[in-house]
Amino acid sequence: MWRRRKQRDTSVPVLEELRAQWRERETALRKARREEQLISKRLLRDLTEEGAHGSDDHMLEENAQSHFMSVEQIAKLIEDLQREPEQMITPLTALRHSLRRNDVRLMFTRVEDSMRVLVALFTCPFTDIQMEAARCLHELSHSNELQVSMACLPATPYLLTYLSGYSQQFTVLCLYTLGNLIVDSEEVRNRLLLQGVIPTFAKCTQSPHMDVQEALGYAFSQLLQSKEAPEKIIPMVLESGLTQDILRILLSCTEEWFGVAIEMAWCLHYIVSSHVNNALLISQGLVSKLVPFLIEKAALITKQESLDLELLICPVIRCLGNLLGEVDSSGTKVEVQDGRLLIALFVFIQHFKDEHPFMVRECLWAVNNLTVQDPVWTSALLNVNLLPALLQLLAHSKDVFLMIATILHNIADLGLGYCQQLREKGVLPCLTPALRDDDIQVARISLELLNKLLTYCPDVAGDFFHNSGLQIIELHKDKPDLQQQVQAVWNKYQELIKGTSGPPSMD
Amino acid sequence: MISHELVSSLSETKLVNVRDLAVLSVENDLKMKEAGSSQVIRFKRQHEFFEDGDLSRHFYIRDVLTSIGKVKETSKLSLFCCQTAGCSHVFDTLESYEHHYNTMHRNVCTTCKHFFPTARLLDIHIFECHNSIFEIMAGKGNMYQCLVEGCAENFKNSMERENHLVTMHLYPSDFHFDKTKKSRSKNNQNLISRKDASMDIVTGEDSCVESMEIGVVRFEDKSSESLPPTKIPSTCLHTKYRIPSTICFGQGAVRGFSFKK
Repeated sequence: MWRRRKQRDTSVPVLEELRAQWRERETALRKARREEQLISKRLLRDLTEEGAHGSDDHMLEENAQSHFMSVEQIAKLIEDLQREPEQMITPLTALRHSLRRNDVRLMFTRVEDSMRVLVALFTCPFTDIQMEAARCLHELSHSNELQVSMACLPATPYLLTYLSGYSQQFTVLCLYTLGNLIVDSEEVRNRLLLQGVIPTFAKCTQSPHMDVQEALGYAFSQLLQSKEAPEKIIPMVLESGLTQDILRILLSCTEEWFGVAIEMAWCLHYIVSSHVNNALLISQGLVSKLVPFLIEKAALITKQESLDLELLICPVIRCLGNLLGEVDSSGTKVEVQDGRLLIALFVFIQHFKDEHPFMVRECLWAVNNLTVQDPVWTSALLNVNLLPALLQLLAHSKDVFLMIATILHNIADLGLGYCQQLREKGVLPCLTPALRDDDIQVARISLELLNKLLTYCPDVAGDFFHNSGLQIIELHKDKPDLQQQVQAVWNKYQELIKGTSGPPSMD
Repeated sequence: MISHELVSSLSETKLVNVRDLAVLSVENDLKMKEAGSSQVIRFKRQHEFFEDGDLSRHFYIRDVLTSIGKVKETSKLSLFCCQTAGCSHVFDTLESYEHHYNTMHRNVCTTCKHFFPTARLLDIHIFECHNSIFEIMAGKGNMYQCLVEGCAENFKNSMERENHLVTMHLYPSDFHFDKTKKSRSKNNQNLISRKDASMDIVTGEDSCVESMEIGVVRFEDKSSESLPPTKIPSTCLHTKYRIPSTICFGQGAVRGFSFKK
């Protein structure tokens, strides 16, 4: 069972405050990602206990205030957990509440015997106590302190062993706890690998329970996105055949199971984008299975406009984009047959362009890899008249412009017939503002595309130079980064006037 | 933006073979093509191209709350009892019953009534403890299987296996492993000397429970800190068990899977 937190009704000033908080978090996340330090953990909390009215961080923190414990209190509690078993549940629950606080987590791990006692309770044969101890471990796993996750290491063989058990709720709790611990350090991951985390996860894929599958996908994706995954983890995963299971689960997910599908799709993305052995994945039919999946999801989106599937579509598009970019030793690309894939990609672009602009860029990247140097797919794009849709998006953003210009450039690269199509659809007028752009990247790719069009359709040159061409050359001629492109266009101009009168000077 | 006809083709079962569509002929200057920049683009996962999408993913992980931390209130039922013979554990939710059943009654050895967290551990237990030819076979070759999922190593005896688990799989050194007859008698002596530290509940029944055993002290810490004998609370267990003498709670306790003959 998964759901996003529901936003409560908020007044305008509060909304502004929330936006500011959001921006702050976003900046922090971007910074962490650039420093390759971005890790996130998922927290399981009892909503009924918190009060089911939307439990955001703020509220959880507030509740946590009342659960502070001093070192002495923790030590006393640890003692109680050993001496008075008839009242074990109560102190254990009190401990769990206190472990929501980061300071208490740290103190807890420093108290002598604390982890040993907790692990003992976690492995005891009394189910209520065991479950509560597992929840305490889960709270600990949510800490960002390396010291806390290192203190949890003695629990890992048991966490892994319980995954092969039959208790669904307990397995889920163990999986989320492992998923949180996994991201903390390479040492934790090394230990888990030695303790058989991959075969154990592979066994979990057989579970018929949705909650277990989602938790598994989460824990597995945490393992796969680690820094050392391409060298150490992904080769083992490929060898274990686990990717086939991940794909099977992803493809079989119905709408109620989209939470599971999201996790599995991100697992696949981390595997594919590590570029360890994508030829193997292609030979296992990954592309031919993902294409109908995307077509089906595009059809679903057109029927249910409100459906927000970016977290599912995004990683699948990424897999496809990278796999379409694979070229084997003989220089052949992976073959895709169903032309509806193009339409699906444009449906996604249309659907996500306002709320999730990054999806536009990523879908266009897939379009690029599908059509590049490929007359069949490029002709399909032109035949089903998707060019106007592309041109409409030119003004979307710089990133989108660059990707579209690359696609147009690839189309033009195929020669006369293709350039004529571009010309007929009015590419040149759409390109004119970009040709004047101050941004070097934008101007460069626009000039290169212009040069292609002038090469294959010399008859457009007259109009172009007559209207704005010379001004554009004038604008960029002193920019060292654009010398090559400006010179190429200038040469075209010279060729044009050579046919009419003598050559003028560029200065 | 996209024609209705095209969109409706997405819902059809028949694929549109792109190779059946008309293809424009390619007439390009080879020299130019070589110099051209047309090529596929591949991104590694750390590439900044993926930044925004990755942020969405991380916001999703951080913002999703899953309410399985505790049994949902809606599933509360009137008190009911475990139906397994000899067990009188009482429950008020289906989930707690399921957890109890799966933990305590699913992987049970019919011979000695020990229970195990996984089917694999039960199989290993039966093979090693209740298979009459095991001892003969163990004398001839490596018959003790490694307990770790996916590890195919076998060992001459349980001590070798223990060493392997600690050194190769980094299991905690206080992990309580299976005991052969010999080592068990030695451990029993240990236990007797520390009996006051164990939580020993006896009901006179010969059924006993054991999962990952919490028991036998094999290191000499805190032997002076003996703990008073205690009873299992009726509130949280609702039943009486005969806990084997190898199980003890509290300080100095060690943990592990146990196989008792």
